[in-house]
Amino acid sequence: MSTPVNRLPAPGTRVVVAMSGGVDSSTAAALLIERGCEVLGITLSLYEAPDPDVEGGCCTPDDVSDARRVCSDLGVPHYVLDYREAFRVEVIEPFVGAYRDGRTPNPCVLCNNVLKFDRLLEFTGKVGAASLATGHYARIVGDDGALRLLGGVDRGKDQSYFLYGIRADALSRLSFPLGGLTKGRVRAEAERLGVRTSSKPDSQDVCFIPDGRTADFVARAGGASGAGEIVDEQGRVLGTHAGVHGFTIGQRRGLGVSRPDPLYVSRIDAARRRLVVATKDRLASSQVHATGMNWIRRPRADEGLVARVRYRSRPTSVARVSEDGPGTLVELARPVDAVAPGQALVLYAARDGEVLGGGTITAPPC
Amino acid sequence: MTGIYMDHNATTSVRPEVMKAMWRYYETEWGNASSIHWAGRAPAAAIDDARDAVADLIGAPGRDLFFTSGGTEADNTALHGILWAHRDKGRHIITSGIEHKAILDMVNYLEGTHGCEITRLGVDSRGRHDLDELRGAIREDTILVSVMLANNEIGNINPVAEMAELAHERGVLFHTDAVNALGKHRFDVKSLGVDLMSISSHKIYGPKGVGALYVKRKTPFQPMILGGGQERGRRCGTYNTAGIVGFGAAARLIAEDMDAGLIERMARLRDRLEARIRDRVGDVDANGDIECRLPNTLNLSFGGVDGEALVLNLDLRGIAISTGSACTSGSLDPSHVLLALGKDDKWLDAAIRFSIGRATTEEEVEIVALAVAEEVGRLRTVAESA
Repeated sequence: MSTPVNRLPAPGTRVVVAMSGGVDSSTAAALLIERGCEVLGITLSLYEAPDPDVEGGCCTPDDVSDARRVCSDLGVPHYVLDYREAFRVEVIEPFVGAYRDGRTPNPCVLCNNVLKFDRLLEFTGKVGAASLATGHYARIVGDDGALRLLGGVDRGKDQSYFLYGIRADALSRLSFPLGGLTKGRVRAEAERLGVRTSSKPDSQDVCFIPDGRTADFVARAGGASGAGEIVDEQGRVLGTHAGVHGFTIGQRRGLGVSRPDPLYVSRIDAARRRLVVATKDRLASSQVHATGMNWIRRPRADEGLVARVRYRSRPTSVARVSEDGPGTLVELARPVDAVAPGQALVLYAARDGEVLGGGTITAPPC
Repeated sequence: MTGIYMDHNATTSVRPEVMKAMWRYYETEWGNASSIHWAGRAPAAAIDDARDAVADLIGAPGRDLFFTSGGTEADNTALHGILWAHRDKGRHIITSGIEHKAILDMVNYLEGTHGCEITRLGVDSRGRHDLDELRGAIREDTILVSVMLANNEIGNINPVAEMAELAHERGVLFHTDAVNALGKHRFDVKSLGVDLMSISSHKIYGPKGVGALYVKRKTPFQPMILGGGQERGRRCGTYNTAGIVGFGAAARLIAEDMDAGLIERMARLRDRLEARIRDRVGDVDANGDIECRLPNTLNLSFGGVDGEALVLNLDLRGIAISTGSACTSGSLDPSHVLLALGKDDKWLDAAIRFSIGRATTEEEVEIVALAVAEEVGRLRTVAESA
C-alpha cells in the first residue's frame, strides 16, 4: 500500500494558520509560506492563569506573544482573538462539572469540538481564505468529495484522536501540514526555516493546568465533591476518600486502602460520593457506551474497525457498533481496562487508521 | 509599516519635529530633572517649558497640571484622588456608560472594593446624554461627576460645560476625560468649568507613555503614586524628560495646526469619506450624534456586514481602521458604547470606525472609500450565498 498524499493548500491561495505559539504550528506556518501560500496567523487567546507566575500550557499570554513574534519574523499578518470568556464557559466549566460528576473529561477534545475549529473556520471565512491549517499530526487524503482523515505518520505523535469531532464537510477547508512528518523532522525544518520556537519544549499538560495537579484545580474551581466512602463491589466500606473529583477509573494511587491484591477504582458514584474499587481483573470491559457521536465517514457494513478509549491507548478491534437509545454501543472484540466516562471513544478503519468518528464515553446503564 | 492609516483615535504617528525635540534629552541632556547639580538643570527647565505648552493647549495655568504615564493613569488618578480626599463627604460617583475603560474599570473596582456607589448615566440612540438624568442623579453624598469630553468610538462631544455647571450648583466636583478631544476640538478648562481633566500625548502626534492630569488649584486631592516628591508630590517618579518634552512640542504644533484650519480640513475629509462611501453602497447607518461629534471621526454600520470581517479584509489590503476602541479589539464582546446606544444586533456587529488624521489626504479618502465599497459588496454577496 503506497502512502497517500497529505493534502495541502495550493500555492498562491490564502491560508489561515492557527498558531498556538509552539514549534509545531509555527513550523506549519513556515512550511506553507515556503510553499507559496499567503499565510495569515491567528491565535485564540483562551486562558490567563490567575497566578501570573505559572508558566506553560498553550494559548496563554506567553504563547500568544511567541506566536506574534514568530509571525513577525515570518513577515505575515497575525491576529489575536480573545475567547477567554467562551473558553471559561464552554470548556473549563464543563470540565470542572464533569469531574464533580465523577467523569474524566478530555478538555482538548472538548475545546476542539465546541470552540476551536468552529471559531477558526469562521475566521477563515471572514478573511476570505481558502483553508485553515493547524499544527496537528494528522493527514487529510483523498480526492474532492471523498476526503479522509488519517493519523500522522509519526505514530508517537499522532493527534488524530483529538480530531474526531471535525465535521465531514469541513475537511475540504482544512489541512495539517505536519501530518506527513516526524516530530524530529519538524524540529529540523523549524531550525532550517529559522523558526524561533524550534527548541521550545512540547506542552505536556492541559493548557489551564500547567502543573498537572488536576484535582487541586478542580477543587479551586468549585468542583470539589466532598469526602465519601471507598467500597468494594459488595458494598463493604474499605476506607474514605477526600472527594471523587480526585479519581478516575482505573486509578490505584491515593486510595489509601491496603489489600493483598492491589485495588483500582472501577466505578465512581458521584451522587453517593462513593468510589467502588476492585482488583485488576474486574476492571476490564468490552462494552463501551458513547453519546454525541460525530461521523466523519460512516463505516461500511463489512468494514473492520478498531477503537481507542483514551489518547494513546492501544487500538482494539471492534466486534459490533449499534445504536443504543440516544447513544451508541460499541462492543469490543476483547475487554479493555479502565474505560472512563468523559473520555473520547474514537473509531478508526482497521485497514489504514482512517478516523471515522467518535463520541464521549458514558457510564454503562445500571 | 506601510499602508493607509485611518485609525487616529487609537494613536497617531510621532511628528519628526517632536522626535527631534526629544532626542536632545536622550543624547546630551539626559540628567535627572530633580538633581541639584548641572546635569539636572536643562531637563528641569525643558519640563517647565513643556508644562506651559501643554497647559496652554487646554487653557490652564502650568502649575495646575502634572504629568502621568498616559491617559489611563490620569483617569485612574483623578477618580482615586478625589475619592480619597472627599470620602468623608460621601462615596457616590456619577459617570457615563460610554466612558473609556480607564474610567469604567476603575469605577467598577472602586464599587467592588471601596464601598463606592456608582451611577452610570445612560445615552439615547445617538449617544446623547440627558441633562435631567444627571440633575436627578446628584445626591448629598455625590463627590464627583466624570464624563468624557468626546467619545473615542463614535466621536460625540458631550455637553460638559452644562454638566459641570449642574454639578457645581450642588457643590460636586467635575472631571472630564479629554484624551480624544485634544487636538480635534477647541476647548479650555475655564469655559468648560471642569475641576479635573485628563489628556494624553500620543493622540496629538506626541510620544506614547505621557499624559497629564489637570487639577484646578485648591481642589483637595490625594496623590496615588507616592515616592520622591516629584510634581510637587502629586505624582512621584523620576521625570520622563524626553516624553514630557515631546508632549510639549506636540502640543505647540497641534495648536498651530488648529489655528491653520486643521479641524475644518479633517471635517471636510471625513464628510467626503462618508459621501463617497454612501455614493457606492446602500444600507449604511452613521452611529453617534452627527450634529455634534469630533471632526475626524466617522462610525458607520453597514447592514448585513460583519464589522470585524470588514476590518480584517481592509487590513489585508493595507488599510488600518477598527471596529471600535483599540483597547478592546480582539475581544468578541460588542462595543460597550454601541450597546449603550441600544443598537440591535444587525447594527451592533456591523460598526466600524474611521478616524482621520492631520496627514490624511484626499487621495487616501478616495482609496479607502473605494476599498470599503468593494469589500462591503463582496461580504454582502458572500453572506447572501451562504
